[in-house]
Amino acid sequence: MKPRYDLAVIGAGPAGLAAATLAAKRGLSTVLLDEQTAPGGQIYRAITRSPVKNPSVLGTDYWHGADLVGPFRDSGADYLPGTAVWSVSRTLDIGLSRDGAARILPARHVILATGALERPFPIPGWTLPGVMGAGAAQILLKTSGLVASGNVVMAGSGPLLWLLAWQYLRAGARIDAILDTTPRENWRQAMPHLPAFARSGYVGKGLKLLLEVRRKVKVIGNVSALRAEGDGRVQTVVYRQGDGAEQRLPADTLLLHHGVIPNINLANAIGCAQSWDEAQRCWVPDVDGWGATSVEGVAIAGDGAGIGGALAAEHRGRLTALDALHRLGAIDRATRDRDAAPHREALDRALRGRDFLDALYRPGKEFRVPADDTIVCRCEEVTAGQVRDAVKLGVSGPNQTKSFLRCGMGPCQGRLCGPTVVEVIADARGVSPAEVGYYRLRPPVKPITLAELASLPKAEDEVAAVMHH
Amino acid sequence: MSEPDVIIVGGGLHGCSTALHLAMRGVRALVLEKDHIGRHASGVNAGGVRQLGRHAAEVPLSVASMALWHGIRDIVDDDCGFESHGQLKVAETEAELESCRERAAQLTALGFTHEEVVDQAELRRLVPSIAEHCLGALVSRRDGAAIPYRTTFAFKRKAESLGARFHEGAAVARVARSGRNWRVETADGVAHEAPVLVNCAGAWADRLAAQLGEPVPLEVIAPMLMITARVPPFLKPVVGATGRTLSFKQFPNGTVLIGGGLLGRAYRDENRTDLDFANVTTNARTVWDLFPIMRSATIVRAWAGIEARMPDDIPVIGPSGTEEGVFHAFGFSAHGFQLGPIVGRITADLITRGASDLPIDAFRIQRFRHTAAAA
Repeated sequence: MKPRYDLAVIGAGPAGLAAATLAAKRGLSTVLLDEQTAPGGQIYRAITRSPVKNPSVLGTDYWHGADLVGPFRDSGADYLPGTAVWSVSRTLDIGLSRDGAARILPARHVILATGALERPFPIPGWTLPGVMGAGAAQILLKTSGLVASGNVVMAGSGPLLWLLAWQYLRAGARIDAILDTTPRENWRQAMPHLPAFARSGYVGKGLKLLLEVRRKVKVIGNVSALRAEGDGRVQTVVYRQGDGAEQRLPADTLLLHHGVIPNINLANAIGCAQSWDEAQRCWVPDVDGWGATSVEGVAIAGDGAGIGGALAAEHRGRLTALDALHRLGAIDRATRDRDAAPHREALDRALRGRDFLDALYRPGKEFRVPADDTIVCRCEEVTAGQVRDAVKLGVSGPNQTKSFLRCGMGPCQGRLCGPTVVEVIADARGVSPAEVGYYRLRPPVKPITLAELASLPKAEDEVAAVMHH
Repeated sequence: MSEPDVIIVGGGLHGCSTALHLAMRGVRALVLEKDHIGRHASGVNAGGVRQLGRHAAEVPLSVASMALWHGIRDIVDDDCGFESHGQLKVAETEAELESCRERAAQLTALGFTHEEVVDQAELRRLVPSIAEHCLGALVSRRDGAAIPYRTTFAFKRKAESLGARFHEGAAVARVARSGRNWRVETADGVAHEAPVLVNCAGAWADRLAAQLGEPVPLEVIAPMLMITARVPPFLKPVVGATGRTLSFKQFPNGTVLIGGGLLGRAYRDENRTDLDFANVTTNARTVWDLFPIMRSATIVRAWAGIEARMPDDIPVIGPSGTEEGVFHAFGFSAHGFQLGPIVGRITADLITRGASDLPIDAFRIQRFRHTAAAA
């Protein structure tokens, strides 16, 4: 570890790997900090060490991740896996934890490549053991080659749900049913975007995957209500199709998925301005065409700056790296713009068809704005009804809900409840989420122990001593 | 809409409490808050309800406020999360314990008996998890803690139910005489008039005071706090230290709040604070030393609120030194929460009766005339 880097990239997914590789190759002293023990991020998770060796299980798109890791290894960038970044100050001092000790690492420029997280999908019973996010199931598959056993039901909407179903089937796992919650009316909104989608890379692959899944699994469409029931763990999934009667399915595992949203926690805690994205129905940091945020020296690449998928993330990573080179004086503006041109073109191609997916897979209101008895904040067990009661008492936004109900005050700092709380308050007040705002998040954005904090070198010379050791 | 009798600038606890005490007397107050109620220090402080260790000038107010706290539900129809398990300041050395004894003796001489010195055995009975080396403590048994935002909101709600009005998102841009009245214009161009103006603007109060011709040397500070994930219950009282800065308590839900006034950086024009991790570390080390049980606890969040500190660390409470019909209550220097209930009553007394039955001379704004002029 150097005492100070020109560039620190946080997150080793496609955006972070591409950014760090380009920057280091062109001479910036670069460090890539990542929480995982191996590169790849979520989408290429465990790319260097997955026990799933048969390429047809995870698909060729997954194995493209290896094309990013090799060049990164050769780039000269330092790589610090197993590193939790819990704070970045406005002066670009990075608070991090490794091996049980905390450190402050200063940088001249920071690129956040913190990616996406699954949109919370609160239904009655979602806190029961046996119910989990499809993303978590996919992590188990990629890192350990594990799939759920017994009766498996998937529910939700979005490309990743279908991808996981396909990967599950390829791995020889059983899926009893897929409960598709995509609202029928979404098709009408999505149709105008169909031509662009038809010209995108998604179509061929997507259709093939969809047809293969549909051939092997019972898909129940137009699901309008959903809950998990069970004694101590999930046993039954209860659902409703349209206005139909309630139906029941036995389930040992229920995998939920409602798309992904940017992981804005670190950007928010740094103080980067953010806006409500109506199309993707989530908060997105304000960035320019180079990923630059409202905070000097902090840029965001990849899905953390708005969902675009793995290929788009990679190209956005290179664009933010070129801008970092320019801002740090390594290249002039003309060079930056010239060198960016092919990446920009590739980005446009990668983003083609995105509008169609956003419109089609926008979760239905009944799932974004859950009924009163549904828990929204899992850490503090706060229900949607309690949030509505607080609104009746005059609470106008999520920060007040925090003070009032402790909602969003648990260890996850609102990662699991934030989007839902915003939707519930906005709906109860009859205003847009843009007006309701979002949580002000606080460092440490990753929980660290008191012992780690106490170990933090205090004076500047102490910091220097640690950094030089 | 009818014009109010009193315009209060600032919707923190002191503004809300003043509005409530005025409303209880049938005086119509309008509170103008630039953000929302309890947005700053009143909503995010440690919630200590503490008489222990107060400046001699504050003791009579603090004792009177404590009486209100113990009946808080009768005043605002909400218990404000107030629990009274005592507060104590731990002595780690014989010299610190001796200073505790001197402090208790001083208070007794002033006629107050709420602070007492306890020995090591009693300290361990009160706080079984305290580190071995601690020798005793100064204790105030009727002290405790409440939930700040809930408290501020309860005062606001009760005041509103009695006729007080609250305008949130109403930043005061200009204050001027208009005949017998004060004319207060907000940034969005709305003007209100009333014969009486109260300055409860916290970290922004110096700007209003300056407009009234009495600048004060107010420092904008950002005391930091951190909170842990839940741990099994191990602590009832609020624990401070004699020789270092600490405020430490466990909530009924198991989370532990660690504070004590160490400062981050405040940017009041942006409503923003930055943490200073060197100071956070100092705080963490204090807890490491005093509560070995906490070493593996997980810190889930740290934050800082925006506050005002006066050079002598006690607030400004009382009538303006330059203008008729103006009253101040600000500059609580990171310990105003417990005083909230009584300061509202004092200010209401000053407005409706022209005097308070509590000694408030020490808090006169005029005490800064020289320093402010020099600055």
